[in-house]
Amino acid sequence: MSSLQSQNVVARSATTLPTPQVRNAVPAVAKLIDESKCIGCKACQVACMNWNDLRDEIGHNVGVYDNPADLTPSSWTVMKFFEVESPSSSGSPNLEWLIRKDGCMHCDDPGCLKACPSPGAIVKYANGIVDFISENCIGCGYCVKGCPFDVPRISQKDNKAYKCTLCSDRVNVGLEPACVKTCPTGAISFGTKDDMVAYGEKRVSELKERGIQNAGLYNPQGVGGTHVMYVMKHADKPELVDLPKDPSINPMVSLWKGLAKPLAVAGVVGAMVAGFFHYMKVGPIEDKAEKEEV
Amino acid sequence: MAQKLLQRYKDNDRMNHWFMAIMFFMAALSGLAFFHPSLFFFTNLFGGGQWTRILHPFMGVLMVLSFLGMFLRLWKDNVVTEADHEWRKHAGKMIHGDKSNMPPVGKYNFGQKVIFWVMAGSLTVLLLTGFIFWRPWFAPYFSIDFMRFAVLLHAVSAVVLILATIVHVYAAIWVKGTVRAMTRGTVTESWAKLNHPLWHKEVTKGQ
Repeated sequence: MSSLQSQNVVARSATTLPTPQVRNAVPAVAKLIDESKCIGCKACQVACMNWNDLRDEIGHNVGVYDNPADLTPSSWTVMKFFEVESPSSSGSPNLEWLIRKDGCMHCDDPGCLKACPSPGAIVKYANGIVDFISENCIGCGYCVKGCPFDVPRISQKDNKAYKCTLCSDRVNVGLEPACVKTCPTGAISFGTKDDMVAYGEKRVSELKERGIQNAGLYNPQGVGGTHVMYVMKHADKPELVDLPKDPSINPMVSLWKGLAKPLAVAGVVGAMVAGFFHYMKVGPIEDKAEKEEV
Repeated sequence: MAQKLLQRYKDNDRMNHWFMAIMFFMAALSGLAFFHPSLFFFTNLFGGGQWTRILHPFMGVLMVLSFLGMFLRLWKDNVVTEADHEWRKHAGKMIHGDKSNMPPVGKYNFGQKVIFWVMAGSLTVLLLTGFIFWRPWFAPYFSIDFMRFAVLLHAVSAVVLILATIVHVYAAIWVKGTVRAMTRGTVTESWAKLNHPLWHKEVTKGQ
């Protein structure tokens, strides 16, 4: 799939010049996943397969409901199930069954895009969707190192990286993502980022009223906020559902794809220029006597 | 006046060196393509991005293997000795064109020895870190955090190796009569007396 020309590409991997910027009257979008409404039916997984023509290999039961056990190149969203014991007022711990729909978070500051060495293999549209343009992907796996959420998966068949597109093709023509359309409980909603933040906060206050004290909205600012957000029952401990508490692009990646790039190029070019001028100024080391004889 | 020529490198040494040099250039150009967007056009030399990604590690491994050949031949001559400290003290003046104070050196001077060990060290790091994120075969065995560390270290040591090579090439051009040691295997006697007098004494002993 090639870049969607009807949308602005506001960031493009391995590109130093500005991308097309004129179509700017585009609201940022977001998907809001409300854990408290999710029943773990996996209809979203099926809808994702259906819309994106994905059919993962039949795997093995690993003893829990997670199926497949993790994201794969052909499973862009996966329901993850967590059995958590939390303290209760009665003294004996509450057993809670937390369910999280895993997939790309569509970071506003995407680490995959920062790490990607191939021009245009990863783009961010004006609406905030981060998309992999597979035809430009070279299969190096740098996006895996850049991502703070361990999302991209590289296919063994074609050596291309894959992940949730937030149904960029559907959103582009005014439809909501397939998982949102299919969710039977309304646990997944889609709209402008502002609306989704407002709706998420409303849901959080409703949950708090019902005694879920640590409810909160997961929209981590360390990656500039995300275009996939969660309403969580335990927002104080996102690790319970296998999410980092305060994710950001790893400092080693920032250094490698930040300061190191211009410094190294300046160093290499500088060394060559210095050599040239040294030769011009000082001249070669040679046997002066030998030259005079000639 | 016909100059007497001294053999500095055997044919095998030279072929080994040039194979390594070709591998270095291919590995360096393909690696730089992934390092900075402004250099991505180097992938055109190797058949596009995918092919460059596929070929780069093989060129790197061949470079390291051929360096190993050079290493086994030359490491003894590159052991840093007490005498090298004297050379180091006067190196600054030499860079400004005054070679008069330089102590007599053997087969390699201190600068050459430093380049040799910097290359040996950076190539070792490049080899070890390169395997850690070599897709698709080796990367899956390592954690993401470990790979982040490896790519950073790989990039840093690659830059060190490239800088060392620039110094190496420049020194060969700067010191007239040096390049033929690798292109033809021989140097002139006056070159040897001027730049490596102890080595000159050694190879002309008993003649």
